[in-house]
Amino acid sequence: MARIIAGVGSSHVPAIGAAIDNGKTEEPYWKRVFSGFEKSQAWMRETKPDVAIIVYNDHASAFSVDMIPTFALGCAAEFPPADEGWGPRPVPVVQGYPALASHIAQSVILDEFDLTICNKMEVDHGMTVPMNLLFGNVDKNSHWPCPVIPLAVNVVMYPPPTGHRCFMLGRAIRKAVASYPEDLKVVIFGTGGLSHQISGPRAGLINSKWDKAFLDNLSKDPQKLVKIPHVDYMREAGAEGIEMVMWLIMRGALDEKVDEVYRFYTVPASNTAVGHIILANRARGAKAPRKHKPTAAKHKRAAAQAKVERIRS
Amino acid sequence: MARKAQIYDDIPGTYVFDAERSREGYGINMFCMSLMKDDNRKAFKANEAEYLKKFRLTPEQAEAVLKRDYNRLLELGGNIYFTAKLGATDGHSFQHLAAVMTGNTQEDYAKMMFGGGRSVEGNRSRSGENTPSKFLTAGASAKKSAAKPKAKVKAKAKPKAKAKSKSKSKSKSKKRK
Repeated sequence: MARIIAGVGSSHVPAIGAAIDNGKTEEPYWKRVFSGFEKSQAWMRETKPDVAIIVYNDHASAFSVDMIPTFALGCAAEFPPADEGWGPRPVPVVQGYPALASHIAQSVILDEFDLTICNKMEVDHGMTVPMNLLFGNVDKNSHWPCPVIPLAVNVVMYPPPTGHRCFMLGRAIRKAVASYPEDLKVVIFGTGGLSHQISGPRAGLINSKWDKAFLDNLSKDPQKLVKIPHVDYMREAGAEGIEMVMWLIMRGALDEKVDEVYRFYTVPASNTAVGHIILANRARGAKAPRKHKPTAAKHKRAAAQAKVERIRS
Repeated sequence: MARKAQIYDDIPGTYVFDAERSREGYGINMFCMSLMKDDNRKAFKANEAEYLKKFRLTPEQAEAVLKRDYNRLLELGGNIYFTAKLGATDGHSFQHLAAVMTGNTQEDYAKMMFGGGRSVEGNRSRSGENTPSKFLTAGASAKKSAAKPKAKVKAKAKPKAKAKSKSKSKSKSKKRK
């Protein structure tokens, strides 16, 4: 049976891709960014996923304003890198996993998430930059280490899907993957963010406090995050910081309790706060997730009550 | 035509690309999209005003393109990921555009970014409201206790089930506690 074993959150700043493509990774400015992903690459080499689901957004590359799908799942056999105005990035064509992708599509649509299916799609830096950060630099004529199922989310036109909707889609994806008969290890990526605004007179906004609280809650209490209204993201984390909702799809696809394997945060890469996290599901056989998570306070109360009862008896 | 007022209009220095702007700015964005092809970039550069005629822009939109008024383009329905293609056609980096939109030199803007970026303090709202989002302080952060009572007050003030009978909404808000 297929199973999601871990989630990865990562920014997808285009300038990071440009730094890789132009051989600037050793410059101090960029080294600060790339050195934060060395451990993650080692983790990825060890983890060896059979397939990655990558939640990302297109930046006026595959989709213009002719069609703006809220959730678009890539079911093709391959996804060529898009020409974003400087020629396609010199990275390998991304291999898809059509069988699992169409299984996910069928499962989540019947679970009432109305996906758009893409049987032909080019992918831009939104997807290939996090792949570089986690898989390292891969020669254009070589292969990425595993096939990928892209899930493009509209975060360009307001309103993007709500954080809650994203989280629930993650849940539905988890269920879909778990019902796939092939024995596969799956890692899911949530990309974009963290705080940044690149448009208008307020461009350059960064909110590290917000970012840190987001990462903390992502790890320990994602239910707090699913309630954040869009206007709060835009006000606090910048107009384009709203991309952070995509991380909630990744989080929703994981178990309720996860182990934070690694975290990295630095400001800036070009105009953006770079955030990165690796969350791993606990080994199988651990407690099944409950439907309604009791709050920490309730836990404490219950524990105290149990203690009292033990003493009484 | 007046824009419908939106809650996010209160965010300073920000033009949210919503469905209304997406419709109004269709021509701007599709023009920018066309600049992904080299032949089109050359044609545009050869005669900008003539090239723009293909895209049904309003006179204000065409003027903003010709003047490279990037903030005005956003206001008139352009989206930054699209207008960046116009900047790229002029040979400008993204950071250059950001500097232009903020009224800074690129050097000063880059310095600001390297120093941690523009602070959110004082930049949350046009109306002067500068209280951090309650979600910023929620959960694992140290200011947990300060955030909690506020969240409760809000939940009380805005019962979701407005249309339902009083007794029902009361019992609902009780449950939520």
